[in-house]
Amino acid sequence: MLLIRLLFKNAFLRHKLRSVLTVLGVTIAILAFGLLRTVITTWYLGVETSSPTRLVTRNNVSIIFPLPLSYREKIRQVEGVKIVSYGSWFGGVYKDKKNFFANFAVEPRTYLELYPEFIVPPDDKEAFLRDRRGFIAGKKLADRFGWKKGDIVTLEGTIYPGKWDFILRGIYRGRDLNIDETQFFFHWDYLNESVLKSKISLSDQVGFYMIGISSPGISAQVSQEIDAMFKNSAAETITETEKAFVQGFIAMSEAIIVAIQLVSLVVILIIMAVVANTMAMTTRERTGEYSILKTLGFGGGVIALLIMGESLLVTLSGCILGIALTYPIAGAFGTYLGTYFPVFNVENETVLLDFIAAVLVAFAAAVIPVRNALKLRVAEGLRRIG
Amino acid sequence: MPPEQEPIVRIRRVSKSYRSGSRVLPVLEDISIDIGQGEFLALMGPSGSGKSTLLNLIAGIDRTDGGTIEIGGIDITKMSETELAEWRSLHVGFIFQFYNLIPVLTAYENVELPLYLTGLSRMEKSEHVRTALAVVKLKDRMDHYPAQLSGGEQQRVAIARAIVTDPTIIVADEPTGDLDRKSAQDVLDLMGRLNSESRKTIIMVTHDPRAARRARSILYLEKGVLSHAPDQTPF
Repeated sequence: MLLIRLLFKNAFLRHKLRSVLTVLGVTIAILAFGLLRTVITTWYLGVETSSPTRLVTRNNVSIIFPLPLSYREKIRQVEGVKIVSYGSWFGGVYKDKKNFFANFAVEPRTYLELYPEFIVPPDDKEAFLRDRRGFIAGKKLADRFGWKKGDIVTLEGTIYPGKWDFILRGIYRGRDLNIDETQFFFHWDYLNESVLKSKISLSDQVGFYMIGISSPGISAQVSQEIDAMFKNSAAETITETEKAFVQGFIAMSEAIIVAIQLVSLVVILIIMAVVANTMAMTTRERTGEYSILKTLGFGGGVIALLIMGESLLVTLSGCILGIALTYPIAGAFGTYLGTYFPVFNVENETVLLDFIAAVLVAFAAAVIPVRNALKLRVAEGLRRIG
Repeated sequence: MPPEQEPIVRIRRVSKSYRSGSRVLPVLEDISIDIGQGEFLALMGPSGSGKSTLLNLIAGIDRTDGGTIEIGGIDITKMSETELAEWRSLHVGFIFQFYNLIPVLTAYENVELPLYLTGLSRMEKSEHVRTALAVVKLKDRMDHYPAQLSGGEQQRVAIARAIVTDPTIIVADEPTGDLDRKSAQDVLDLMGRLNSESRKTIIMVTHDPRAARRARSILYLEKGVLSHAPDQTPF
């Protein structure tokens, strides 16, 4: 008990300002590290939440080129395909361009069947399916704009010009915290009917097919069969798993991710420098005391424990504070940057990494002070006091 | 030392030198002395004469270049660092010039520190600490931190820390060197009482002739050679 008391007093009572500043430094570093890690995990969230039994078929040239609706029946006939849905990126703007959110025209019945992670109350689902002008929105999106069921929401089309009125029929929730609740889905038929009237060349065209297959093991085979079917056609296809499709998008921003990862490592190095500096000053100042402890018969192990323990205590205090702050700040981030990060949740893995980083920093920062304290000869240390 | 008395400290042909770059500086050469049980010995000599070095060697916090040091029949020059640390915790009480208390521990906790290495129960430790603080008349200041005590009181806490394990010998390096006259008197009285009433063997290094006169015998160390004080009984 006495040594534990000494450990705590050494860590927090000797130089209160220095202790507070060091803990604060670690807190800010852990907070920055946690937020950067959360940005990275958020970036990869689409990959994590993708289903291995869902395939995406798109135009082989580019996603911006459509595919004929007539492909649906042919795809449905491929062995192993259970369900085929389709949709188009609508790209509508609500009031102002800065109010960005994802909005898709989809075949609603099959789409909701393919995405059981979107939880729509049965009454809302029925109301949505019945109303061609109806749409469903994620809870976060509805909350963001204060939409209530029955509200008419107008989007300004960018790809499909004009003002488009939709009626909110339901609000979906994510099955878990990692499901994006900021999306807007409406009937593809509504889009197609309007396009038929105004821009006939874009009618009966879809942006992508979403395909449900019976098991993950047949994804390669089914993909090949689908693409082979449309080879040498006017609109050749490329079919891949949902995961590969999302990864393809992420790959475009790989350099940013790598930069963020590097910055998060630099943050760890900064914490190490801060704690190492504190521990170096601390042990230098206490050389005499370590000599006294050795004189009284305390072995190197106890001295090492005191130094390591102090480093660990200071670092973990900052780490715990940093983690405690990460949650509300990540929440605020999620609210203000919802446009870019529909989901911004601190993962358990991030918290674990925070702890691992803190422990590694604590040990690394204490290694040289411990070595110096252990090497110290008692008589020499006592002379320094005199 | 009276001839019939068995020495508690037996030093034979001890030498010690320090290195300064490529130079070797001899500090002690061929030192041999016996110190009896219950002795109160003052070691005097000019600065750099090697008296603190000799004290450190006797206390097992420095190593000899040659010769043997037996304390209570055990040759400490043959011990490993770990054995020596354990031996010190059981057999040596230390009093330093600058008290060397841990500033963030109370008087009670400072005195308790050496007991951490013993197998005593919490109750026993408490009893020992209170007794030691009572001996130095600081029981009522046990919750005070060193900074809240005067120099004399801090040195008395250091003495309590030195005696709390009931060591075989007490070594004191200039114990009054940083004290005013009154506090120095109190500390010397206390050391005198420990020697006369509790039969503690005390070896004290001092520059101060008044402090040295409180000892039962005085040895002079000059240029690494020991000699007896003219008015003291030779060994």
